[in-house]
Amino acid sequence: MTRCFHCHEPVPEGIDITVEIAGEPRAMCCQGCAAVAGLISTSGLAQFYKLRTEPADKPDENSRRWDVFDREQIRDAVTDPLPDGSRELLCAVPNVKCAACSWLIESVLGDLPGVVELSVNPATARLRAVYRDPLALSEFLARLDSLGYRPQPLTPDAVLSAQRAERSSALRRIVVAGLGMMQVMMYAIALYAGYFEGMDNATRDFFRLFSAIVATPVVWYAGWPFFAGAWRGLRTLRPGMDLPVSLAIGGAYLASAWNTFTGGREVYFDSAVMFIFFLSLARWVEMRLRHQAFELGYAAGEELPQHALRWTGERWEPVALAELTPGDRIRVAAGETVPADGVLLAAAAQVDESLLTGESRPVPKHHGDELIAGSLLLDETIELELVRTGRDTLLSSIRRLLERARATRPRQLAAADRLAGFLVIGILVVAGATAVFWSQVAPERAFEIALAVLVITCPCALSLATPSALSAATTALLRRGILVVNTSALETLARVSRVFLDKTGTLTTGEMSVFRCDLEPGTDIDETEAHAIAAALERGFSHPIAAAFRPFDDQRETGRVRNEPGQGIEGTVDGTKWRLGRAGFACWQASQSMIDDAQGIVVLANEQGPVARFEFTETPRADADQTLRALDVPVTLLSGDAPEPVNALARQLGIDEAFDRQSPADKLLRVRKAQDEGGTVAMVGDGSNDAPVLAGADVSIALGKGSAMAGRQADVLLLGERLGAVAEAIDTARQTRRVVRQNLTWALGYNLLAVPAAAAGLIPPWAAAIGMSLSSLFVVLNSLRLSRRSQEDATASTSTRFAEAT
Amino acid sequence: MSILLVMIPLSIALLATAVGIFFWAVRRGQFDDLETPAWRVVLDDDSRPPQTIDGGEDR
Repeated sequence: MTRCFHCHEPVPEGIDITVEIAGEPRAMCCQGCAAVAGLISTSGLAQFYKLRTEPADKPDENSRRWDVFDREQIRDAVTDPLPDGSRELLCAVPNVKCAACSWLIESVLGDLPGVVELSVNPATARLRAVYRDPLALSEFLARLDSLGYRPQPLTPDAVLSAQRAERSSALRRIVVAGLGMMQVMMYAIALYAGYFEGMDNATRDFFRLFSAIVATPVVWYAGWPFFAGAWRGLRTLRPGMDLPVSLAIGGAYLASAWNTFTGGREVYFDSAVMFIFFLSLARWVEMRLRHQAFELGYAAGEELPQHALRWTGERWEPVALAELTPGDRIRVAAGETVPADGVLLAAAAQVDESLLTGESRPVPKHHGDELIAGSLLLDETIELELVRTGRDTLLSSIRRLLERARATRPRQLAAADRLAGFLVIGILVVAGATAVFWSQVAPERAFEIALAVLVITCPCALSLATPSALSAATTALLRRGILVVNTSALETLARVSRVFLDKTGTLTTGEMSVFRCDLEPGTDIDETEAHAIAAALERGFSHPIAAAFRPFDDQRETGRVRNEPGQGIEGTVDGTKWRLGRAGFACWQASQSMIDDAQGIVVLANEQGPVARFEFTETPRADADQTLRALDVPVTLLSGDAPEPVNALARQLGIDEAFDRQSPADKLLRVRKAQDEGGTVAMVGDGSNDAPVLAGADVSIALGKGSAMAGRQADVLLLGERLGAVAEAIDTARQTRRVVRQNLTWALGYNLLAVPAAAAGLIPPWAAAIGMSLSSLFVVLNSLRLSRRSQEDATASTSTRFAEAT
Repeated sequence: MSILLVMIPLSIALLATAVGIFFWAVRRGQFDDLETPAWRVVLDDDSRPPQTIDGGEDR
């Protein structure tokens, strides 16, 4: 069988399309591929087929209408006007696969009149274009589409852009500092050699002059953030660690410059640039950690499509994202991002919610399930009925919670900051005193020693210790779908001594399963038979009890099934008439109703009388058992339900303490009691009717999705459906506490040990610079271990996914 | 030692060029995403339809 030259898919039977490429006729599988290949070939770009390393995607046959992007509202949402009247477009092109794709796009689209700048980054699959009139945005996108690429214009997010700008400027400063440091060290080695071996003054001055030339941009460009920070601290009268740092850098630089031009004794350019480089490096790592903590939710927001196809009653009409309202019916194509929260109208769909929940596995959705904005549709085109749009979507709620988390400073940080503030003042005093002392004893060494004290005692490590660990932990947790709303909660979570769990919606999914089947004495039917009959009767229904019987269905024949709402159902199975429902309904003659007509019990009966009664229980979450075993703190089950199902579930999962028929007030009382006994209590609930208990516990963890989440006042939100996240959160919190303690011990111990040594004149400035920066680096890298661990887990899950795919 | 008079300014010129090229690379977004490219190697086969993974010419 021949394969399509363009997309490498088999050419279907009876299709005979060929396109001449580089003088050779090539088989195509469809008109779409032929059109794209023809366009590539006639543009003289057939080289693409030689360069590419991956087959091209089959072009979308029902090519989308790009005209909608010429509407001002949508155009303004996806492009930014530049001062010279042109506009900048940023878009994701998910199916750009290799350098040949970006070459093809740049070659074809770069020649369009009106395109000013165009670059495609194959590594990130991002396209950036600057265009001006007469080119319309729709024309540009349609052209891209005609090449077989599906552009997805991005709305640049202010927060993310700011982070990116901060990152690239920090990166530039680090590289300037690093390269400068290498040069200055080289000159310093020559100078030290000259110091011992003898060097004539002209050569020495020559090296010093070049050291000064290289050090100047390093100090003033790469070191600028320190000066700016010190100035901010002074103006607000809250001196931070930037003050001693910039005093040290500035002092070393100015003294060295002075000595260079007056032929003085010593220069310290090497110490100054080294200090700047290592310190910037430590801060870079800390900044990356801080940024990553916010990227997940925000990145999903950036990829929301700016338009959608809405059903007007007779046709599909493109509208802007902002125009969507709840109740609208919209259509989303495969590979597109869902623009707003909505209920699935199609039978089934697969979505990727990894941007929101960190869960990288595709999530299957069924008719009636909710799809959340920001999730990526994997298979075919579906229709949705919107339930929440714009600011009300789950995605927006998550972002608001992230904002809130960022705006509030955790308790631990405030304490560390106050401590660092005192230390800064202490250091300045110690350095001043050292300078005064040594100027009496050995005036020529006074400056050098004061400089060493200033550098070595800088409390940088101390002020990085806590925040770097907290950001690393929040990032690690967010990657696993755990959103820490209140960062202080991490500290409390590490101390938790008892976990209270709600039942429905927390330990269980809310789905039912058959818990017990009692056969009526004297019937000739066995349990399997009873289950199968019930399953056959319930086949056409979708309520939870019907779903509970579904696994027992062995496809036996049924006659017409009649539904008596609220009572039960009646129908014939294998020629016998059966009723299934509440006891009062199922037993034809009231006298036969020997059984308690209780809720949650369903009776199967035929005309002779009752045959079996079924009891139901909620299905525990798939990972409930595993989670409870992983938790090494005592667990209490609190439920509003009747004793039987609660105790059964507790037995099934091995929970030692369970309370039934608990009202919210009772639950709160239990929590209070545990607290009075000196325990730290974590409450895990679905939040819908647990609000007071959640608020009363030391740490609250809310589970589940949907609109209710926005209003919840939980400290920790679990975005996925995994209960295991509770154990992971506690585990990570404990590790975080350990890392913070290690960091603080190290930082304080180092400072306390180094001060006397430096004040005694035992440490030269360059050694002080190395010691202090290594201490900061040590602290930050130690924190980094927290996020590394989650990446290892991610690697593991990705490799299993990979293994499944192949 | 007079060779230093040439070599050291030359090294500074090289340094300036290196910094210039790096700044250009940062502006072009080469460092925007340091993680995806590493993952790409592992992941890209995932998105292909199965028949292109195990399919032979005879199918």
